Amino acid sequence: MKIKKSIAVSASGLIFNPDTGESFTVNPMGAEIINYLKEDKSQQEIATHVIEKYNVDTSSFEKDYEDYIGLLSNYSLVEND
Amino acid sequence: MEKLRYERPVIKRLETEMPNKFGSRIERTPKTHIDGVPVQDLIAKYGSPLFVISEKTIRSTYKKVKKAFTMRYPKVQFAWSYKTNYLDAVCNIYHQEGSWAEVVSGFEYDKAIKNGVSGKKIIFNGPDKTTEDLHKAIVNDSLIHIDHLDEFYTIVELSEKLGRRSRVAIRVNMDTGVYPIWDRFGFNYENGQAWDALNKIMASGKMDLVGLHCHIGTYMLSPSAYGVAARKLTDLALGLKRRYNHDVKYIDLGGGFPSRNTLKGAYLPGTDTTPSFEDFAEEISSALLNAEYPTDNLPLLILETGRALIDEAGYLLGTVISNKRSSTGKRTTIVDIGINLLFTSFWYDHKITPAQEFSQYTEETTIYGPLCMNIDVIRENVVLPLLNKGDQFVIHHVGAYNMSQWMQFINLRPKIVLIGMGDKVHVIRENETMEVFNSLEKIPEHLKRFDL
Ligand SMILES: Cc1ncc(COP(=O)(O)O)c(C=O)c1O
Repeated sequence: MKIKKSIAVSASGLIFNPDTGESFTVNPMGAEIINYLKEDKSQQEIATHVIEKYNVDTSSFEKDYEDYIGLLSNYSLVEND
Repeated sequence: MEKLRYERPVIKRLETEMPNKFGSRIERTPKTHIDGVPVQDLIAKYGSPLFVISEKTIRSTYKKVKKAFTMRYPKVQFAWSYKTNYLDAVCNIYHQEGSWAEVVSGFEYDKAIKNGVSGKKIIFNGPDKTTEDLHKAIVNDSLIHIDHLDEFYTIVELSEKLGRRSRVAIRVNMDTGVYPIWDRFGFNYENGQAWDALNKIMASGKMDLVGLHCHIGTYMLSPSAYGVAARKLTDLALGLKRRYNHDVKYIDLGGGFPSRNTLKGAYLPGTDTTPSFEDFAEEISSALLNAEYPTDNLPLLILETGRALIDEAGYLLGTVISNKRSSTGKRTTIVDIGINLLFTSFWYDHKITPAQEFSQYTEETTIYGPLCMNIDVIRENVVLPLLNKGDQFVIHHVGAYNMSQWMQFINLRPKIVLIGMGDKVHVIRENETMEVFNSLEKIPEHLKRFDL
C-alpha cells in the first residue's frame, strides 16, 4: 500500500489531489496514518506505533485501519502495488 | 505513561456545493446529562435502551402553554390526551397540574378512573366506545363526545334503560384550509351533518348537550386553522342559542399543536419552523372573544393538547452496536434502538446527539436499528461525531406516542424512568421479563413435547 507521491497533508489536515482537483480533510489520526504510509511503513508497523501511543486495542484498530485504507483507495489516493 | 485518547481515522471529501443537503446543523454538542443526572450513570444502572422522562420539563412546558391561553381568554381547561402517553406517573403529573383526562377507549377510560380522575372530568372521544363503555360513562356523568349516529342511538337506548340523562357533545369535522380534512371522525360542518346531529340530540330529550368538539389534525403548522375551527364551532353554538335558547358550556378544540421535532424532509429544523403557543392562543381567543357570546357567559375553552406538551420531556438513550460500510462505501451505524421503540421515526428526523465529548470531526451516517428488518431505519442521513461500538447517544423529543405505540418485537421492552423535580430517578415502568411475556401464552397439551 503506497500513498501517491503527489499527495501531502497540510498542518491543518487538508489534502489536495492534483490529479483530480479534489480536496479532503482528515482528522489527526488520519493524517498520522498517511504520514506513516509516506514513510513506507507496513500495516504491522503502523499498528504497533498506534497501539503503543493511543488507548486502543489491536482488533479495533485493525478494523478502523482497513476501513480507512478502503476510503483512501476509493478516493484514488493510493497506488496499488 | 498514560496513553492518548484514540479517535478512529477519517477522511472526508470537501464538497463544493453548499449547503449540505442533509441540513446544515451538525449535532456535535454532546448531551451528557439530563436534568443534572449523567446519561452514563442512567445506562449503567437501568440498561440500554432506556426511556427517560423529565418531570421538570413536563411541568414547565405545561405552565408555559397554559399561561399563553389564560393570559388571553378567561376560561381555559386542559384535558390530558391519554393516548399520547398513558404511563400512570405521567398522567398524574398532568392531573396534579389541573388537567382533566381525555380518553379514546375503554382501556384508557379505566386507566383514568383508576388514577383517581372523577368521571365528570373525563372526556370520552373516539369511534369505538362499546355499549359497556358508554354504560360506565353515563353512570359516571362523563363527557361523551359522540362520533357517529350508531353511537347516538346506543346512548338514547342506554339513557332510557338507566333512567339517566347523559352529558354529551359531538365531534365536528370541517374544512379549516388544511388538507386532507380529517373527515372520518365525527359529523361534517359544511354539509350540514353536524347541525342535523345537534337537532337529533336536542329532540331526543335524553341528553344534556354540554359542548362542541373538534380535533382538526396533528402537528398543525397553521394557527389560522384553529381560528377557523373556533369560528365554525361558535357558529353552531350560536345556532343552538337562537333555535333552542340553549347554551353549550364548552368549546373543545382538541389537540394538534406541533412539537419542536423536525418533520422528515423538512429543510429547516422544527425548532425554527413551528409557530409559538402564543400564536395559536391568539387566533383561538380572538375567534371566541369576537363572537356574539354574552360576555358573562363565555364558553369554557377545552384543549386536548398531546404531543406539544410532552415531546420535549422524553429522551431515548441508546448504545452503538457497530459501524459498517454499505456496498457503496457509505458509513452506517447500527444501534440498539429499533423503530419498534421509536415509532415516531417514521415521520420525524429525530435529533440525535452523542452522550460523550468528541473532537470536531464528523461524518455522515445512516442509523439502523437492530431489528433484522430492512425498514428499521432511525435516521437516513445524519452528521455525527465518530461514534464507536459501545458509545452512547441520546435521541431527543420522544415523549409523545412512542411509549404508547411501541411494539414488543424480538426483544423485551426496556425500562422507563422519570427524573423527578430534584434529581431523584424513579423507575415508572419496569422492563418486560420473559416471565411476564410468557405468562400470557398457553401451549395445548399435544404441543408440549417433541423429539428432535
Ligand atoms: C381526539 C383527540 N384529541 C387530542 C389528541 C392529541 O393530539 P396531539 O398530540 O396532536 O396534540 C388526539 C390525537 O390523535 C385526538 O385524537
